[in-house]
This record gives sequence, structure tokens and C-alpha cells, in this order.
Amino acid sequence: MKPYPFKYVRAEGLAAVFQQFEEHGDDAQVLAGGQSLMPVLNMRLSAPRVLVDINRIEELRGIALDGGEVRIGALTRHREVLESEVVRTHLPLLAEAMPHVAHVAVRNRGTLGGSLALADPAAEMPACAVALGATLVLRSAAGERTVAAEDFYQGLYETERRPDEVLTEARYPIAGPGYHGAFQEFARRQGDFAVVGVAARGRVESGVLSELRLVYFGCEGHARLARQTALAAEAGGRPYTPQVFAALKDALAEELDPMENMHGSRATKLHMAQTLTGRALQALLARAGGAVHG
Amino acid sequence: MSGKAGASSSNSTNPTNPIGQAIPRASVRRLVTGRGRYTDDMTFARMVHAVFVRSPFAHARILSIDTGEAARAPGVVRVVTGAEVAEVCKPFQVRHAGFPALKVTPQHVLAVDKASWQGEAVAAVVAESRAEAEDAAELVMIEWGELPAVADADAALAPDAPLVHQELGTNEALALTVDGGDVDGAFADADVVVEEEFRFARHTGVTLEPRCIIADYDPSTHALAVHQSHQAPHEMADVYARHLGFPGHNVRVVAPDVGGAFGLKLQPYADEIATCALSMLLGRPVKYTADRLESFVTDIHARGHHVKARMAVSADGDILGLEVDDVYGIGAYSQFPRTSVFEGVHVLRMSGVAYKHTNYRARVRVAYQNKALSGHYRGVGMPIANTVTERLVDMATTELGLDPVAFRRRNYVPSEAYPHTAPTGFSFEYMSLGECLDKLEELVDIPALRAERDSLRADGVYRGIGIATFTETTAISPEYYGKAEIRVAAQESCVVRLEPSGHVRCLIGMTDQGQGTATGIAQVVAATLGVPVDDVEVISGDSAATPYGAGAFASRGAAIGGEVALQASRALKENILAVAAAILQEEPAALDLSDGRIVAAAGGTARMELAEIADIGHFRQNILPPDVQPQFTVARHHVPRALPHLSGNGIQLSYLEVDPGLGAVKLLRHAVVHDCGTVINPLLVHEQIRGGAVQGIGSALYEESVYNNEGQMLNASLADYLVPMAAEIPDIEIADVITPTRSSELGAKGVGEAGVTGASPAILNAINDAIGPLGGRLAEIPATPERILRALGVV
Ligand SMILES: Cc1cc2nc3c(=O)[nH]c(=O)nc-3n(C[C@H](O)[C@H](O)[C@H](O)COP(=O)(O)OP(=O)(O)OC[C@H]3O[C@@H](n4cnc5c(N)ncnc54)[C@H](O)[C@@H]3O)c2cc1C
Repeated sequence: MKPYPFKYVRAEGLAAVFQQFEEHGDDAQVLAGGQSLMPVLNMRLSAPRVLVDINRIEELRGIALDGGEVRIGALTRHREVLESEVVRTHLPLLAEAMPHVAHVAVRNRGTLGGSLALADPAAEMPACAVALGATLVLRSAAGERTVAAEDFYQGLYETERRPDEVLTEARYPIAGPGYHGAFQEFARRQGDFAVVGVAARGRVESGVLSELRLVYFGCEGHARLARQTALAAEAGGRPYTPQVFAALKDALAEELDPMENMHGSRATKLHMAQTLTGRALQALLARAGGAVHG
Repeated sequence: MSGKAGASSSNSTNPTNPIGQAIPRASVRRLVTGRGRYTDDMTFARMVHAVFVRSPFAHARILSIDTGEAARAPGVVRVVTGAEVAEVCKPFQVRHAGFPALKVTPQHVLAVDKASWQGEAVAAVVAESRAEAEDAAELVMIEWGELPAVADADAALAPDAPLVHQELGTNEALALTVDGGDVDGAFADADVVVEEEFRFARHTGVTLEPRCIIADYDPSTHALAVHQSHQAPHEMADVYARHLGFPGHNVRVVAPDVGGAFGLKLQPYADEIATCALSMLLGRPVKYTADRLESFVTDIHARGHHVKARMAVSADGDILGLEVDDVYGIGAYSQFPRTSVFEGVHVLRMSGVAYKHTNYRARVRVAYQNKALSGHYRGVGMPIANTVTERLVDMATTELGLDPVAFRRRNYVPSEAYPHTAPTGFSFEYMSLGECLDKLEELVDIPALRAERDSLRADGVYRGIGIATFTETTAISPEYYGKAEIRVAAQESCVVRLEPSGHVRCLIGMTDQGQGTATGIAQVVAATLGVPVDDVEVISGDSAATPYGAGAFASRGAAIGGEVALQASRALKENILAVAAAILQEEPAALDLSDGRIVAAAGGTARMELAEIADIGHFRQNILPPDVQPQFTVARHHVPRALPHLSGNGIQLSYLEVDPGLGAVKLLRHAVVHDCGTVINPLLVHEQIRGGAVQGIGSALYEESVYNNEGQMLNASLADYLVPMAAEIPDIEIADVITPTRSSELGAKGVGEAGVTGASPAILNAINDAIGPLGGRLAEIPATPERILRALGVV
């Protein structure tokens, strides 16, 4: 378990990163917290020739409240997100999800940007970003562009990011009153990647659900926004009942196509996703103070 | 016989007696402050690193090997193939005199013509650094001719199965049977017959420290010095000497700190012998450390049983008979030198032994498969026997509507029946089955737990309670390997010496892989001699410096290692008192040793410091009478002969919740009552029970070596192979029942395997208790969420 030989470059600023990209193209890779990258290198599953360490680039760190947004720098550690008062107040879904990301030791090093850029199909942060309607900021030597999180994720470990771009920031819009989130995940052990999970966010008024976003992870190749299932759950503005639950289970079976893996067949994972959806919606409605039925 | 009489020292009324004291392990401070010294921490001048090229196929012919490019890679010292190593190292082959029918074939340390499992080493690269060796290993070009592989044990026994070893003509390595009493009559008379088909997944042991060896051959003296992370350095020295052609005294094996072993560092591995051979070829120290990925496909695996069993029961609740049929897959070879069949033997001989029924029939078929070798891991087969038995017991009580606690008590071998020979053929000095059950009822309020379970069920919360009696053999005698004509010792040996300072050194063959055995031994020495525990140092793990011992296996450390330390310390004490008597002009019998002082045997008045005796005996012999020769170094051997093995037993209880929507299990409480005889150190005993129980919980809920039909292991990394972590385990509640064995003075019976032996049946019973009301029934471990959802019929 020794990596292939590589060159290590510590970048003191983004310009230095872009220079490495320019020189080495695809052969250069960003090193953030290293919590995913280093195991992959040690298992010789990947062989970048140059590692560009971005840990010294201060401008990539920090959590800021900026008008109607919370902006989180890519290099912000998972632990900083978890402990942030701003996140807890304005992005409670993120605060609820973060304890499911690995263990303390990994959260001390792992970064939000690393999670978002890596796009592991079972990771929590991409799903939350999609559920919350976040915008991701990408920068290259040519300049900056933004991509909506739901457009960023394209396939298994495949994103809109070009190899010459650094993910610098995630911007999460702050929702107005009436919006609530709920997060449900099933992992085999505490801190493991999810077998199946769902991040839910919607608006509840007088017990009626609208603008629901249900995002599944651990199921398809990437975080999957399930629009039809959300519509079934909204049930044309009727209160949430066992009948609605039955209908959304059917909708999910139509819409979601979970990949089989070590922990379950497609059918098993679908069943788990259905269970978790029911629980997430109950929690969401309970938070809204509405009546909850089976 | 009640079996309760016994140990001398453990019954001591002296509150300062070190035996029974909860003393932390002597090594703890050193290890947690980073001063541990593991084999991989060591480095020697001119040392090079070996990496093995391993077969990517489960079964494939080696058509050609081209090592040219690898040999030219940076840092490479030598690349060797199986054929080259075979010139210095003969293949090994197990032989067991008790099982002459066992079909075996020689195993080369590096495959020569074909590889028989994914992970078998076929070539070795030696380089200046591990990284360079890994880089070069990828350049070894092997042309493979893939052969049909057989992965599943049942499939391997089918008539037209591909053969793992063509020359054997079959994949059935051995079939064993027992037929006692009138089994057919018992089943014909039964009011109820319960029947189940069990699947116990194959899994492995995961040590924090992987296997590691440094072999250093010195051509000038034709001697081999080995440092190795191992449980049995003496046995390894013998193996290396015989296989590599050394006189026994030219091989020295040192086991420094060892970070967990669990049986998987008990026997030699092909790649370790190959490392010694590489050092011989090069005349340089060679280090080989198994990395985590190759550990999964080369460390010994265990379990992997498919059992059909049934139990005959009367309407009153008497067990009338038991029948067990096991298929056990051992991988590509039978593990050298013990053989891999003992897992099967324990299923055969330990099923149902807690109960007084007399009608028993069993069969075990041992199958070769194209998988990593399977063999001796903590508990060796006993968890299978206990799970089969205890699950059938619960099924019978459910069927008959009887209380599972009362049913067990009714059927236990009664305490007046000992010594008892079970219908399996194994005999037992004593099993404190009823006492353990009583103690469990004191430890856990079972009726309250049932009430809680029942009331929560009404709210849709599915909790279950499972209890499981467990029985184990420990501290085996020469009736096992002696009779088998296998060079595995049953003895332990010990040298105790009084140092000039008045402190004591104990050199012992027994080894310690983190259990704290050394501390327990120090307590026995201190108690027997009459010195403070801190005044005793225990040295172990060096085949040249310590007297011969078999090391750690079969829960024998305290039982045999402790006993020999007691015998040696007693002899040293006599020698010390003889010198003291000469100085004090007393009869030796009038003197005693206590807390590091010579005292009057009657009354305990202090007469002289032990340090003073040591000083006189080492330096000022001139003041002694001319006929007094101080003998301050004493050696003793101890071989257990009174019984074929000792008998440990206990009971475990699991209380857990099943989430029927996800198939998830949350373990809420786990309790263990165990009888290990004399408790030398409750802290260490309970640590052993907890650690073992966690591994048992691991096999019940998480651990599995998942293979596909082509013999590829699919989860061979710690990202996918799940071991339980702290967050998954509740505090484990423990109580002791103490019934010392009468076969030794110390009375200790062993505790190393207790936890693992009874945890999985308790968990499986609790899961079935929880899902029973939903119509579910499960007889497969690990009980994964998917298996539970399938048992519930929802997927
Ligand atoms: C034991 C363990 C358990 C874990 N469990 C979980 C879990 O439950 N859920 C979960 O989500 N994660 C889990 N992780 C992964 C962890 O969250 C990682 O921190 C995260 O996936 C990657 O972040 P990183 O900063 O460590 O990135 P790195 O490992 O440094 O990089 C990961 C990849 O992203 C790229 N990258 C990183 N930052 C940027 C950037 N700013 N711009 C462009 N590319 C970038 C790198 O080039 C690399 O390809 C676990 C990890 C471990 C070791």
C-alpha cells in the first residue's frame, strides 16, 4: 500500500495551482484534506504525477453570512461546518447531516470542497447541496463561473468541474420562513458512507407541503433529485396521510434506480429509500408543527 | 463431586494476595505513550524489503513468468519465482495421525505450477525500500492459464465439481462422524422436532498490527535470526529449522510487541517461510510486512459453515436427541501444521454438550475450495456448535411455549453428574451451567426486560432478548497434538530467578499479544513467592532466551503458563528460605516470605529483607556455611496430564432492537457470565471477555469475507469489510462464576475465547425473538440488514 511516485507541490495561492494545472494538465490533482485522495493513492487506484496541496490557501477557508446566502470556502473542514453557529442557524439541514460524515478524526481534516468535488455517490454533502439549491463556484486561470449544484453532478464521480478548475466555494441560499429540512441516512456503522440516504427540504403551510426537494444518495451514480416522488408527496396540497405515503412509495419505485452493492440489491435499497423517505417527511412535517399520520 | 473445591492460592484470605487483584497490564503505559516496539518498527543494517506478486485468479496455471523488467527497476535487489525458492525451501504438508484419511497435497511457499487461490504468492521482489519493491512487483509479467475455480463449499463437494487439487481426485478433504445412543429412536419418540439450516459466513480476524517478519540469515554461522509478530516463537523456530535445513539451535525467533493475533498469527504462512528463504538467498536481513489489502486474502480465515441440524424434544421439555450435519470449507490447503479440520472437530464434538441428552449423531465434511486458507481463529468452531445448539433450543421453547430459561435449566447436565462424557465423545471435568444461569438472572432482570419488550411491541418497536449457554474446551493436553504426532507443545516452561537486587525475573515460554498474560503471570509469581507484583518482571517471546513453550492458543496462558510459574516460584521460594534459614539459624519451615521480606512462619514477624538475602547469595557467600549453595535460578516444565482439556462455560444475553423498515439491528445490552476458574486478575479477565464478545458480535452482525463464484474476494479492504467499532457496542456487563479446576494448583481454566464463543448465538436468538412476531426467522450470520429484510419477506 505505497502510492506510485508523485511530485508534491505546496501552493501558496490559487495562481500557483493554475500554473501547475497548466504545466501538467490532467496529471496534476488538488490535495485538500486528503481523506479520500490518500487512500486511493495508497491503493494504487489512481496515479496523479503531481499533487498540488491547497491547504495553505487562506482565501479558500471560512464561513460567511452574505446577504441572503451562506458562503462556505472549499477548504473549510467538516468539523468547522459542524460547529458553525451560522450553519446551525441558517442551514440546519447541513448541521443535521454533518455528524453522519465519517468520524471526528476524518472531519478534522476532510473539507467541504473535497466532498463536493469528489462526488462520491454515497456522500452526504453533495445531496445536501442539491437539496438546498446551492451554487458552486469554480475558478480557473480564465476566471470564475458558477454552477447550480443540481447541474454539477453528472455521473459516478463525474462533475461539471473541468480539470483546470478549482472548486473555491459553495453558496447556500437562506430560505425564508416556512421552509424545513430533514435528513435520514442508513449506514451499517456510525460514520460509514451511507447505504441509502435522503436529504429533504420543503415548505409547509397549514400542514400542506410544497416546493419539496427529495435528494437521494447511496442510490444512483450521483446525488439524485427525485421530482416525481416529491410531487407525489405534495399530493396536490392534501395533508400527508398513509395513502399519500403509499403513492410516493410507488412514485419512488418508478423514479429511483438504486445501484446494487455489497449492502443490498436494487430491491433492498429501494425498500430502504422508501422507509427513509417516510421518516424524513414525518420529521419535516413535525418540525413544521403539523399533524403527522403514519 | 461438586467441582468447587480446589485452588490453594485463590482461596487465600490474605487481602494483599496479588491473585485476584485488578492490576492494569504492565505494558499499557509503555504502549499508550508510544514506546511499543513492533516488528515493523525494527530496522537492521543492510535490511531489504520483500513484496509478493500474488495471483489475481482463484485458480490458474502459471504458463510463464518474465522477471526481467522488474529485476532492472530502481532499487531492486532480486526477483525470485516459486521454482527458485523451491531450491532452498521444501514444500510443507500437514499430517495428522488421528485423521489418517485426511487428503493433503504439498504446498509450496511460492506457487510453482499453479495458483490455487486469489492472493497466493507466486513471485517475490526484494528491493531497498518497500515502495520500490511495490513498483517493481507490477513489472513482473505472468502469463496465466485460467482454470475453473470452485468457491462454494457445497459446490466443491458436488460430483462434477472442478478439482482444487487434481491429484487428490476429490475436494473432500475429510469426513468425520459421531453416532452415539439411539438417535433414530429419539426422533421417533419426539413430540416436537425442530429443524434449521444455518449459514455461517466465512470471515477473517482483523489485527491492528498486520503480520510482519524480519528474517536475518548469517552465512558465517549458518544461523537464522527472525523477528516476527507471532503467538508461538518456539514453534516457528522449529518450523523454520526443519523446513530450511538448520540445526534447531541455529534458529532464533523473537516476537517483540504484538498488536493482536487471535489465532491468525499462530501458525506459519507460506510468505513468511519464503521471507526466510529470501534472506538465505541474499545473506541479508529481509523484512516483509503484510499490508491491509493482502492481509485480507492471505491471513487465515475462519468459520464458513453450512449446517443442517435438528433437535428432538418431548412435550414436557426434555431434549431427546440432536443431529448435526456440517459442510465446512477450508480453502485451498489444510493449514500447516495443525490442519484446518479442528473447526469441524469442534462442531462435531461440542454441539449440545451442555445438555444431558444421550442421543447424538453428527457429520462434518471438510471441503477444499479455491479460496484463502481457513483455520484456527479465536474460538475454533465452538461458536458454530453453540449457535446451532442454542438456536435449536430457542426454537424448541418457542414451539412448545416454554420458558427458555427454565428449559435450559431443566436440560443442563446436572452438577452431580461430573465428570461427564457427552454423547459427542468429549468429556468435561465440570461445567457450572446452572450457577452461571443463576448469576445471569442476578445480573439482568430478565422479567423486566421481557415486560419492556412486550410493551414496546405494542408501539411497533421490535426488541428481542436472546440467551445462549456456551461451552468451550481450553488448555489442551498432549492428547491433542501429541497423539496427532504434530510438533505443537502442550507444555509450558518457566525460569524464575532472584536477581542480586532482590527483584525477580520470570522467563516464560508463554507469550502475550496484548492480553496482559505477562501481568497475570507476574501476579502468580508474586503471590507464590511472597513479593510485591511490581518486583517481578516477566520476559517472553524469545525462542532462544526463554524456555520452551507453545505460546498463546486455546485459552491456555493462565491455565498452563500460570501453573508452571506457580511451580517454579514455589521451588525458588524453598531455595530462598533454605538460605535464609542458614543465615538466621532457623528451620526453613519456621520461615516464610511475605511482601518481599523473610518473616516468621508463625506470627509473621519480619526477620530479614529479601534484598539482603539476594545480596548475600550473590556476593557475600563467604558468610554462609560452606555446604550452602544458593540456587536462585529455578526452571520448571508443566504438562497438563490429568485431563484431555479443561472445560470453560458461561452464558450470554443480548437485548437488541430490530428496525423492520431497514433491517438494522441496534444492540442495546450485552451481558456475559463466565467461569474461567481462578480469576488471577478480574480486569484482564473482563477485558478478554469484552474483546471476545465484540469479535463474536462482529461475526453475528458485520464480518464476512464476501466471495463471488469465481473465488474473487469482493470486500478485501477495511472500507468494505466491516468490523464493529466502539459506537456499535454497548457496555458489556460481566459477572464471574468461579469454579477452579482440580487438575492444577492454580485452578485457572482460561478465558481468551469465552466472549467470542457465546456472543453470536445470543445475538441470533435475540434477532429471532424480535422478528418472530413479524413472521421472520433467520439462521444466517452475519445478520445483515438485507438478510433481515429477506427474513421478513419485504424484499
Ligand atoms: C474512514 C473514512 C470515513 C469516511 N466517511 C465519509 C462519509 O460517511 N461521508 C462522506 O461524505 N465522506 C466520508 N469520508 C470522506 C471524507 O469526507 C473526505 O473528507 C471527503 O470525501 C474529501 O475531502 P478531502 O478534503 O479529504 O479531499 P481530498 O481527499 O484531498 O480530495 C478528494 C478529491 O477531491 C479533489 N478536490 C479536493 N478539493 C478540491 C477543490 N477545492 N477543488 C477541486 N478538486 C478538489 C481532489 O483532487 C481529490 O480528487 C470518509 C473518509 C474516511 C477516511
